Parts: sequence; structure tokens; C-alpha cells
Amino acid sequence: MKFESQGVARPYFIFALLLFVGQILFGLIMGLQYIVGDFLFPYIPFNVARMVHTNLLIVWLLFGFMGASYYLVPEECDTELHSPWLARATFWVFAAAGVLTILGYLLVPYAELAKLTHNELLPTMGREFLEQPTITKIGIVIVCLAFIYNIGMTVLKGRKTVINMVLITGLVGLAVFFLFSFYNPDNLVLDKFFWWWVVHLWVEGVWELILGAILAFVLIKVTGVDREVIEKWLYVIIALALISGLIGMGHHYFWIGPGPYWLWLGSIFSALEPVPFFMMVLFAFRVVGQRRHQHGNRAATLWALGTAVMAFLGAGVWGFIHTLAPVNYYTHGSQITAAHGHLAFFGAYAMIVLCIISYAMPIMRGRPQGNGELSQKLEIFAFWTMCVSMIGITLALTVAGAWQVALQRLPEVGALSFMNTQAKLIPIFWVREAFGVVFALGLVAYLASFFVGSRVEAEAGHRVPAVS
Amino acid sequence: MPELFTKGMARNIYYGGGFFFLLLLLGLTLDTLRALPQRDHRENITESVARGKAVWEENNCIGCHSLMGEGAYFAPELGNVFDRYGNGSEEAFGQFMQAWMQMQPMPTEGRRKMPQFHLSQEQVDDLSAFLIWTSRINDNDWPPNREG
Repeated sequence: MKFESQGVARPYFIFALLLFVGQILFGLIMGLQYIVGDFLFPYIPFNVARMVHTNLLIVWLLFGFMGASYYLVPEECDTELHSPWLARATFWVFAAAGVLTILGYLLVPYAELAKLTHNELLPTMGREFLEQPTITKIGIVIVCLAFIYNIGMTVLKGRKTVINMVLITGLVGLAVFFLFSFYNPDNLVLDKFFWWWVVHLWVEGVWELILGAILAFVLIKVTGVDREVIEKWLYVIIALALISGLIGMGHHYFWIGPGPYWLWLGSIFSALEPVPFFMMVLFAFRVVGQRRHQHGNRAATLWALGTAVMAFLGAGVWGFIHTLAPVNYYTHGSQITAAHGHLAFFGAYAMIVLCIISYAMPIMRGRPQGNGELSQKLEIFAFWTMCVSMIGITLALTVAGAWQVALQRLPEVGALSFMNTQAKLIPIFWVREAFGVVFALGLVAYLASFFVGSRVEAEAGHRVPAVS
Repeated sequence: MPELFTKGMARNIYYGGGFFFLLLLLGLTLDTLRALPQRDHRENITESVARGKAVWEENNCIGCHSLMGEGAYFAPELGNVFDRYGNGSEEAFGQFMQAWMQMQPMPTEGRRKMPQFHLSQEQVDDLSAFLIWTSRINDNDWPPNREG
């Protein structure tokens, strides 16, 4: 570790992984509820499980992004973090707010939570992914401001690299677009229109900048390739991400009220959204191919390559298959959407956080060349288990979605009802759940890899091999 | 070695392209906001519709259902539920909704269950008004059929 203050990232990473475990547990519960409809009813109704599942995801990714920033910005800036104290304080505030919110979801009926937190004063609750009580949302804004202030001050006094600038642009965008979550008019169409300014402009906009910056940082570190080369790639990738993604938001405007020109704009621009992800694959493989040294942390290199590939599959390919308006007319809001959502979030965002954790955690634990042999083997096994099972989940949901469309959406007469269609899909939902269990086992193996192998082995086993 | 495509060019595409398309998005947004009143029939958003939206939100209906295709995919689409169960009559739909909300959760074992939300009669009426208003938004003819 170059600077003492980079160590503040550690609790962020650990807590992110704990929340990740929670997310997967609730995912398994929901997967079973798709099969046994009344499983755990009325103690954990589906809507509660889903809220916990998706909110845990968002929060652990935010913890991951924050940890990543605290780790990489001082190193890129070549200076200590502006205020390690503030970073530690905001960690506890954010963690407490997150835990309290999740407990609120689980322990009281949602309507009660809305009443307790005085949602009527500024109604923002009850919209997908933005279910948090208004007070929690305000807390998120405060934490984000403190975080960006801390990172911003560090960048101001230090070296302004391209990675730093791209990262901070992404973080500022994240905070700015979240403000749209406070806009909730009585008019559902306006509500939905600007709801996407949080959701789409996050995951198909500014989060891609954050993803690109973290990936570029890890690639510089594990390959030793010249910064100039990597920065050029980074600019091209994020340029394409913004050029396709901003107007690509139109693919969400097909069927919720806005006019028909969005059918064209949304289709054309979102059809381009796979391009930056494809460039990311080329980028990662080329840079690793041109590496100047063989970093001892092979697991981190694998995560970097894997992130690019899985993000391309999930966000790129699985996004494309249902993004053209004539296709989306039939697939909108079906299990196809769920398939895309799972692979895209895992491949792009969960994996980039696991990637930076894989690179940074060993260093913070005094293992500059990565974990020991056994630990890395286990981590790599976990990598493959999670990736393959997530592809299994995605394929199962894709089959479920296609069948759902065929039974429920396509027939002009004699279409099956939603509930009858779902009953027919149960065998496929079993397959999905089985892959979900495998994924959970992969996660257990991943967590175990942190505790396998001693420090001595880590230091002895990984001398840097000479460049051939 | 001179390069055909330099980092400076890449940076300019990023800043220039990002800025241009952000402006284009803002322009299109402005245009859409001007066109929306004809499509969302906002003149029909009564007090009851507005209260109904609050009922919808404060009970996290979106956690199971989808509304105009957005939300969860665990329970039926409700953007067109009026077309499905209303038989064209607001009154009939209102009565159906009162009965339906009353009988939840249904006792069928193994079936997906909707919780009992203990809504008042007025709240259910508001919810019905909200769903009826929603069903009449011009949404480019989605969904393909009445099953949603």
C-alpha cells in the first residue's frame, strides 16, 4: 500500500461483501417463491424479499464504489486522502442507515414504515429500487456529498490523472442524478419519465464511467502497461458509453407515455450500447496480452478480464436481444427483462467491485503480490462457479421469458393469463433456483478464500517472476 | 512513431460527444414534456387519482406487480387491469376491486399470495381511480393483448 489512508477502503469492502451475502440469501428465497408461491408467507412476502434483494445490491455496490475510490484515488493522486477521519465516519453513518432501512423493510409492514418515516411530507417511497424512506434518501445524499467532497479535495491537491477525472465525473453524476429520486409528481407518466433519470442514467450512464475507471486502474497495476495506452482506451470506451447511453434511455420510453419518435431513437441508440462493452473486452484482453510483468495476483487479472466479458454478455448482448421496439413490444416486463437484469448487474457492477477487492484486499493485508497459492486457487474456482451459475440463471430466465411471451403475449386469441403462464414455467424456475444454489456455493468458496493460506505462504510463494 | 488516433482525439470525442448528446437529451426532454399533456390526459388526474397513486406507493404494489411493464414480474400487469376486469364500466371495476382486495390472501395452498393490506373502502376506490386513469394513458398500444 502506497499511502496509509488507502486503508479506509477496507471496512467498505468487508461490509459490501456482507451485504452481498444477504442479497444472495434473499435471492434464493424469491427464487423459491416463484415455485412455491406461499413460501414464508406472510412473514416475508415477495415484495419485501425483492426490496431487500435489490436494495442490498444497490447499497453494496455503492459501498464497493466508495471503497474503490478511497483505495485508488490517493494512489492515482500520489497523496494521502484528504480526510481519512471523514471517510471512516461516513462509513458508519451509511452502514447504520443501510441496516436500519433493511430492518425496517423486514420488521414492519411497508405502509407502516411509510407512516413512521412521514412519507406524506415528501412522498418518494414505493417506486421500484427507490423504496427507501425519504429520510434514508436524504442520508444517502449527505453521505455521497461527504464522500465526493473527500475524494474531490484529494484530487484537487494531487495528481490529476485521466482515471481520477473519469472516476470523479462518474461519482458527481451519480450524486446529481440521484436527486431525481426526490421528484415524484401525481402524474405517473412524469414520475416514470424522471425515475429513469436515476435508474438508467446510473446503470447505463455514469456507473459505466466508474466501471471504466476502476477497470483501467486495476489493468495498469496488474499489467504494467503504459498509462498513455490505457487512458486512450478508457476515453474511447466511456465516450461510446455516453454517446449510445444518453439517448439510449429512449428504450425505456417506448410504452410509458412519451411519443412515438422514442421508438426510433431508443431502438437505434440502445442498439449501439453493446459497442462500448465490446471495446472493453478488446481493451482488457489486449492490455493483458501486452503486459510488461506477470503480477503475482492472477486472480485479480482474471476478475478484470471476466468483468469485461460478462459485462459485454449481460449489458451488451442480453440488452440488445430485447431492446429493439418491435421485439420489446412483446418482451417488455417479462422474464427476459429479469434475465438481462441479472447478468448485466452481476457482470458489470458486482464483478468490477469483486475485481478491485481482489486486487486491493491482499495489498491491504500485507500481501503486495496477491494471496497465497491455495487462496488464489479457491478464489479462481469461486470466480468460475459464480460466473457459470450466473450464466445458468440467465439462460433459464431467458427460456422462461421466451416461453412466457409465446404463451401470454403473442397469441391474439386464447392467450394464457399471467398466473396460468407462470404455473407452466415452474420447471424452468426450478432450474434457475438450482443455479442460484450453485451461485451461493460459489460465494461461500469466494469468502472462504479470504481465510485460506497463511501470510507467510503469501509472501514466500509469490516472488515476481522475471519478464521473459 | 506518429499515431493516427491520439489520446487527445479520444478525449475530445469523450467531452464533445458526451456534451453534445447530453444537450440533445435535454432538447428531446423539453419536446417530450410539451407533447405529454395530450398523451397522459393529465386533466383527468383528480384528487382521488392522486390519492390512489399514494396508496399504490405506500403499499409497495410495485414489489410484486408491474405497471406499464415496469416493476416486479411476480404478479400480473396492472396498467391495463381495468381493460381486463372492468368490462368498460368504471362502476363494475370499482365493485370488483372492493371484493378482490377484501378476499386477499386467497387460501389456495402453494399459490402466490397477495397480502391483506387492510385498506379502507375509500382507499380502494382511490386505487381503482388511479388504475383506471393509468389504463387510459397513450402508451403506443402496449400491451399486445389484454392479458398484459
